[in-house]
Amino acid sequence: MITDLFSTTVLIGILASGIRLATPYLYAAIGETFSQKSGVLNLGVEGQMLLGCFAAFYVAYSTGNLWLGLFVAMIVGALMGLAMAFVTVNLHAQQGISGIGFYLFGLGMSELLFQRLMGTVETVQGFPKLQFPVLSDIPGIGEIFFKQNILVYGAYLLVPLAWFVLNKTTLGLKIRAVGENPDAADSLGVSVARIRYFTITLGGMLSAIAGASLSIALLNVFQQNMTSGLGFIAVALVYFGAWKPVGVLGGALLFSMVNSLQLWIQVLGIPIPSDIAVMMPYVLTILVLVATVSRVRAPSALTKPFERED
Amino acid sequence: MKKFAWILTLVLAFALVLNACGTPAATEEAAPAATEEPAAAATEAPAATEEPAAPAEPFRVAVVMPSAINDLAFSQSMYDALMRIQAEMGGPEAFEVVYSENMFVVDDAAAALRDYASQGYDLVIGHGSQYGTSLQEIAPDFPETSFAWGTTAETFGQPNIFAYEAASQEGGYVNGVLAATLSQSGTIGVVGPIEVGDAKLYVDGFKAGVMATNPNAVVNVNYIGSFSDVALASEAASTHLSAGADVMTGSAQMVVGAIGKAEEAGALWFGTQSNQSSLAPTVVVASQVYHWEVALSEMIALIKEGTLGGQSFRANLANGGEVIEFNADYALSDDAKALADSTIKGIIDGSITITLP
Repeated sequence: MITDLFSTTVLIGILASGIRLATPYLYAAIGETFSQKSGVLNLGVEGQMLLGCFAAFYVAYSTGNLWLGLFVAMIVGALMGLAMAFVTVNLHAQQGISGIGFYLFGLGMSELLFQRLMGTVETVQGFPKLQFPVLSDIPGIGEIFFKQNILVYGAYLLVPLAWFVLNKTTLGLKIRAVGENPDAADSLGVSVARIRYFTITLGGMLSAIAGASLSIALLNVFQQNMTSGLGFIAVALVYFGAWKPVGVLGGALLFSMVNSLQLWIQVLGIPIPSDIAVMMPYVLTILVLVATVSRVRAPSALTKPFERED
Repeated sequence: MKKFAWILTLVLAFALVLNACGTPAATEEAAPAATEEPAAAATEAPAATEEPAAPAEPFRVAVVMPSAINDLAFSQSMYDALMRIQAEMGGPEAFEVVYSENMFVVDDAAAALRDYASQGYDLVIGHGSQYGTSLQEIAPDFPETSFAWGTTAETFGQPNIFAYEAASQEGGYVNGVLAATLSQSGTIGVVGPIEVGDAKLYVDGFKAGVMATNPNAVVNVNYIGSFSDVALASEAASTHLSAGADVMTGSAQMVVGAIGKAEEAGALWFGTQSNQSSLAPTVVVASQVYHWEVALSEMIALIKEGTLGGQSFRANLANGGEVIEFNADYALSDDAKALADSTIKGIIDGSITITLP
């Protein structure tokens, strides 16, 4: 039965579903990379995702306009980010704790709004799977790469874009400087507060898109707490990816592929208890981390509030 | 780096726990709700609690549930049942219902149960097998209050605890028979949460039904390890579809993700716990629905006579506690409908016995 795993159907299935599953992780983790690069740990990702998830769904459900749903989700995410930025940058709040606070706010608020505005589980017609001429019809390859919805492609485009911004632009340089040595950056005339406001707000927007990618593209449904820990995995993936967009991509793909592998293991009747199978992605992530953790270094100012010395 | 290693470990642990447990942190806001709900309910039934001149005291029920009342699954089945009793008994003036939902954390649920008991509710329901030990502890402190918990058959020998459960394998069997009949490919997919209790009974009954109808059929079962991971449930469904399934079923509230995939692919779906037809009217064939009001009505009658517990109830097809609800929008062939009806009849009269592994 183990050999069944290597049939083309299974391999195509694992790759196609791994690419899909990685989408929300990518948006959220790339957003978190920006914020951590500038020295702010945002543990509120999950809450931002949930609110984005609901906002996108509700707007799409009531207006039928998916793009408007996505846009509103981005605004909601940006507002959550701005609030988080105010608390951590201006008020110097402990980042981990305030992040958990924002998580709980997003969780509770999305549930409340869902109860008040929807009342029951509904479905929407989400972003359709795209069809590319010729490409989508290639056996295997077409199924894996050319039959996904637009938000999936957006997530993968975000990776090189984020790399470019972080490494090749003045803005990226400023973000990294603020995250490594805010005092030096400040003395050179870079506004630490402004940069952090920017990255946290961007992180909030991307987390909200991550949520929207679930509710109006991949699943087309909203249910309370439907992200179920995804946002925390995204935070872990930033460490996993050593604060590099490409590393985050690798981590997201690995985690998702192993997750879809374990689904196949059960379907093929390979005699591994389901409780063990579902642990696989988590265990593997921890193992890879243990193996690589000594080689990476976090941004020096991560979690440290910046206070200007006069 | 060490500092980040521990933050990371913390985050990963958090993620794993969240993922496995469904809606734990929801209690953060559900906990205060536990104390506030009765107040909220009082506005629903203002006349009931406030007016001493009312002709009869209303029967007051409080229920604590692990997920949301509109989860289209386990918790909703209880909420809907209570609403049906309320409608039958003449509205909130005669039958008052208050609830605390999303009480996944047992500690918070225990606090809510105790609160309700101390407020003198006639019947306090812990709707979740995880609440058993809490009720065992709380019930002796409130000998005048009747408690109910499910799904289980265990009353702990307490004179004021009723137990209730569902013979989920019966509806599972009927669904399985129909699934095997309607499947063209002979491959059927099942999306389950965790391999325990009600979900396991349903899945095992479903498999037995399929095998009894078509011994050559393949039933692929996927337990995703979570009651709330909608995304993973959806991928599990995609996996079943890639493996050739054209009929699927699943149990617990995260299956909404799987139903979406079934609809997209035009694969048929069988529901359980609540009626799931509204989610995908074109592909849902039938749902096994729990009608807890059958057991609850008996409990209420007993309580009114002064018996506060000590008995256990089992919802099944015979007593109407389980009903197979067909989706009116799905054109089920007369033959298949007849087969389903004869299967239900067979289970009720005992001519069909379901062998579980």
